[in-house]
Amino acid sequence: MRVEMFTFLVAGAIVLGGALGVVLLRNPVHNALSLVATLFGVAVLFVAQEAYFLAAIQVIVYAGAIVILFLFVIMLLGVDRVESTERDPLPAQRIIGVLAGLGIGVLSIVILVAGGGDTTGKKSATAALSDQAPDIERLGKVLFTDYVFAFEVTAVLLTVAVVGAVVLSRRPTGDPIDLDEFPDGPAVEHVAMFPDPDDLDDLADLDLDADALAAAGDDAAGDDDSVSADDAAQSADAEVSR
Amino acid sequence: MPQLVLTETWYLVLAAMLFAIGATGLLIRRNVLVMFMCVELMLNAVNLSFVAFARSLDDVGGQAVVFFVLVVAAAEVVVGLGIIVAIMRRRPGATADDISLMRG
Repeated sequence: MRVEMFTFLVAGAIVLGGALGVVLLRNPVHNALSLVATLFGVAVLFVAQEAYFLAAIQVIVYAGAIVILFLFVIMLLGVDRVESTERDPLPAQRIIGVLAGLGIGVLSIVILVAGGGDTTGKKSATAALSDQAPDIERLGKVLFTDYVFAFEVTAVLLTVAVVGAVVLSRRPTGDPIDLDEFPDGPAVEHVAMFPDPDDLDDLADLDLDADALAAAGDDAAGDDDSVSADDAAQSADAEVSR
Repeated sequence: MPQLVLTETWYLVLAAMLFAIGATGLLIRRNVLVMFMCVELMLNAVNLSFVAFARSLDDVGGQAVVFFVLVVAAAEVVVGLGIIVAIMRRRPGATADDISLMRG
């Protein structure tokens, strides 16, 4: 019992610490890595409750596939943006959010502790968990007998998800959304986490050789020319294809 | 010194705390990706309590439901990230507050 308690406390601390990291850290990559910690902690708790197969697919599907997908999208979209917290589109949204979260947590804990340790309900309604058969065999038997309809519907759901992902991630055919549609600008201003060194105003204050600066300026101008030439070629191609 | 016994109430309290943290994050964060991660936290909290109930009721059904929740979470993440990529391609740097064209 003492070992079980120790496992629970350590895994629970990892789970809660990772969850707090997901909510509080600023960098999306750090959020994703904290999520991995939480998912591993939950997998350990599954093992502690004798759900070995679920622990395995928790690690493989969640940590191995879903978090990697998150990281792919974060890297695809760029990580150099942080949320600014100066202006709330909804007044006092953060305070109300924290209060609501605390309310959910405190209320459910109070209900659980007041309810005592006995679970009401019929025991072993589907099939006994304390069967001698291995974990996967028990789960598979239930999945293909009692839950076979849900299993088939799950297959349809996965097919729909795959088709939806393909349709959504095709190249858009319309023009990009015009900023004129949003005359007030974005609801939240973004601040670059790693600002482009060329944009820094204090660059001019540095003690640089005038010749070197001029050369750098020439290079930049040359780059701009080639880029605009590329753009022109691309738009010409687009015209031809239309 | 009283011996603390690890009952399923401990697991359920931990799941409640995890769910509350996920709900708080969903309410206070603006980055759509991080909001998605908070939804994953809440789903994991529910999974944890399902497994705890499965053990205390000695029933395989709870574990089967966790299996389905995992599949639905995977499908949800695939479609959700597809939507996020589609939005970001047209409006780089959009947050959840910017996606308000259909606001009533």
